[in-house]
Amino acid sequence: MKHSMQLLLVVAGFVAAGAIPAQAQGIPQIPYQAVDALSDFPNDIHMGEAAGVARNSDGEIFVYTRTGNPTISLGTSRYVSHGGARIFHFDEDGEYEGEIGQETYGALYAQQLRISADDHIWAIDQMSGQVVRYDPDGQIVMVMSRKPETMRLPQAPGQPGSGEGREGESFSGPTDITWDSQGNFYVADGIRNARIAKYSADGTWVMNWGLRGTGAGEFDVIQGIAIDNQDNLYVADYNNERIQVFDTRGNFRREMRGFGAPMAICITPGPNQVMYVSNSNPPDNLDVAGEIYKVELDGTIVGQFGTAGKQIGQFGTVNAIDCQEENDLLVGELGNWRVQRVTLQPM
Amino acid sequence: MGQHYWRYCATVATALTLGWAGSLDAAQRGGGGGRAPAFEDTPEILTEPVEGFIKLPEGLYFGEGIGVAENSQGHVFVYTRSGDTRLFEFDEDGDYVREIGAGLYGFEFAHKVRVDKEDNIWVVDEGANQVVKFNPEGRVTMVLGYRPPAVDGALAPEPGDHWGRSGRPGANEPYLFARPTDVTWDTEGNIFVSDGYFNHRVVKYSPDGRFMGQVGSGDAGDAPDQFSTPHTIASDDSGRIYVGDRGNRRVKVYSSALELLDMYEQTGAPWEICISEGEHQYLFVSNSNSDSNPAASWNTSGEVYKMELDGTVIGRFGEAGKDLGDFQTIHGMSCRNPNEIIIAEISAWRVQKILVASMPVF
Repeated sequence: MKHSMQLLLVVAGFVAAGAIPAQAQGIPQIPYQAVDALSDFPNDIHMGEAAGVARNSDGEIFVYTRTGNPTISLGTSRYVSHGGARIFHFDEDGEYEGEIGQETYGALYAQQLRISADDHIWAIDQMSGQVVRYDPDGQIVMVMSRKPETMRLPQAPGQPGSGEGREGESFSGPTDITWDSQGNFYVADGIRNARIAKYSADGTWVMNWGLRGTGAGEFDVIQGIAIDNQDNLYVADYNNERIQVFDTRGNFRREMRGFGAPMAICITPGPNQVMYVSNSNPPDNLDVAGEIYKVELDGTIVGQFGTAGKQIGQFGTVNAIDCQEENDLLVGELGNWRVQRVTLQPM
Repeated sequence: MGQHYWRYCATVATALTLGWAGSLDAAQRGGGGGRAPAFEDTPEILTEPVEGFIKLPEGLYFGEGIGVAENSQGHVFVYTRSGDTRLFEFDEDGDYVREIGAGLYGFEFAHKVRVDKEDNIWVVDEGANQVVKFNPEGRVTMVLGYRPPAVDGALAPEPGDHWGRSGRPGANEPYLFARPTDVTWDTEGNIFVSDGYFNHRVVKYSPDGRFMGQVGSGDAGDAPDQFSTPHTIASDDSGRIYVGDRGNRRVKVYSSALELLDMYEQTGAPWEICISEGEHQYLFVSNSNSDSNPAASWNTSGEVYKMELDGTVIGRFGEAGKDLGDFQTIHGMSCRNPNEIIIAEISAWRVQKILVASMPVF
């Protein structure tokens, strides 16, 4: 924590000065401190966009980052994509430990990283459309979906379509993953598809639900997914600016609003669970949104913190939140190429 | 030195014989090849190249010499297009120190490196469309702009392309660049980015990266507040901002509030400008020869002008050529010390240290 202390910055002062969106008026500000969470990098290792960040049961940190140069090889009859994303491993103090998944086939454009109860590390890649599961030793134990063999250049104009996806895998822009109490897992196949796909613990497809749209059970870009102790499934329906809640059979239960367009979501471990929801600023605008909300699972907003910006304590397009500890968060940013450790004052 | 002087005389004779190069053609507007109006009446400043200044370790090679800058210790930073775009540091004697930012997400196609007053190292990358700030230890501390998402693939050019892949991206995006070219700072630490090839503007940010304003219409043009590829930018100790408006063959001087103060039009197409340090600051402007090396461009460009900050031309040095001490399309200059200028060239894949006499020979 030596490094962290050097960077410690009380941010309550400028939180008050930031622009507060209309929807957030009257919501209590949660005092917080933030530090750059990661340190001790070798000279030739640099963070890129921090797309996914999660802690395992020992508090060790894994980050899936967009870094290096995503590349298309030339001189062949088909365009083959290579590289562009890496998984870095840090100890519980955020000091660099190493890397897993070096130069793997599906690591093109990091989207999210989550760690399941068995400390397996699941990397979700938006561009390869794959979910790759690593055991705690960093060995690949499961691969979901298949990377397209080639890319089209220029890319064909995309037609959104219904977004319902196919039976099985074939993800198209997957964004997140979560697990229920029975070990089933759910993939948010949410950017070019608009579905939740459910699989049993061994990776067998069970069912899909969702279509592109604005109604109940319809989605317009799913950015995140999380589950609570009662197996309620929370789906961050980004462009519809809501979180929809389902049971494990995909039955719509209710929706929650009032926290902008939810990008990263995270539910704390029990028994008194709460959710964090980021209303991230878009990467092309630093002057809107950026705050993170603390929300009861019934949708009651209990507080908020942060604003868009580049300084420590501000956020640049948050894409991931780890909330294994309710008042000790890890926040991964796309815009600022970093992970911050955010300590909230208990409310 | 004498050899260079005599070659200078020969070049002047050739230029006099050929006469004035005539009105600008399209190639010249694009940034090279035209005889600068000041050339004939400007005396030469004698120079001496330092042979073997930069000492690359075995197995390491420069590509195109795109950017070069020095910090307060005289360490030299070179941003180069080699196999990949890379950033290297050398000490004041030209000995290799280290590589910075290896494999960085923001390193795609080098355009400029600059060092600020606190020795932070800033690179401008026209491939990733980003400006990245490193602290003196070589770690990233700020990122401006946003790299177009690889997941979108390569898009066909179309009007209004948000991400700058095509020829005409949105000009008024406060936080996106489209092939940016250079960066500088005023005395308050505000950041100025020349967002050069597509947006033809200069954008101002607060020290913590918040948009504060811009000048330039988004279209290339030669009106007083327009640019045609603002290619290089520098600032003096009073906070004035100098923009090398390459396609318009002029250097424009702005206040830090982006009010146009002056315009210098006599020194050709400013591919690169730099301003020396010290009580008496000088402005150096490179009228670089075209990077495609057409033969005619060697006869009419390639030299560097030394100027007072008010635009008075003091002298000039250098010429297009491949020999040591000649220049092959200067793209980067570091002139903290006005008498020892470090120069990076596109076409020669090298970085030279040039000793420059303080005054011209009359």
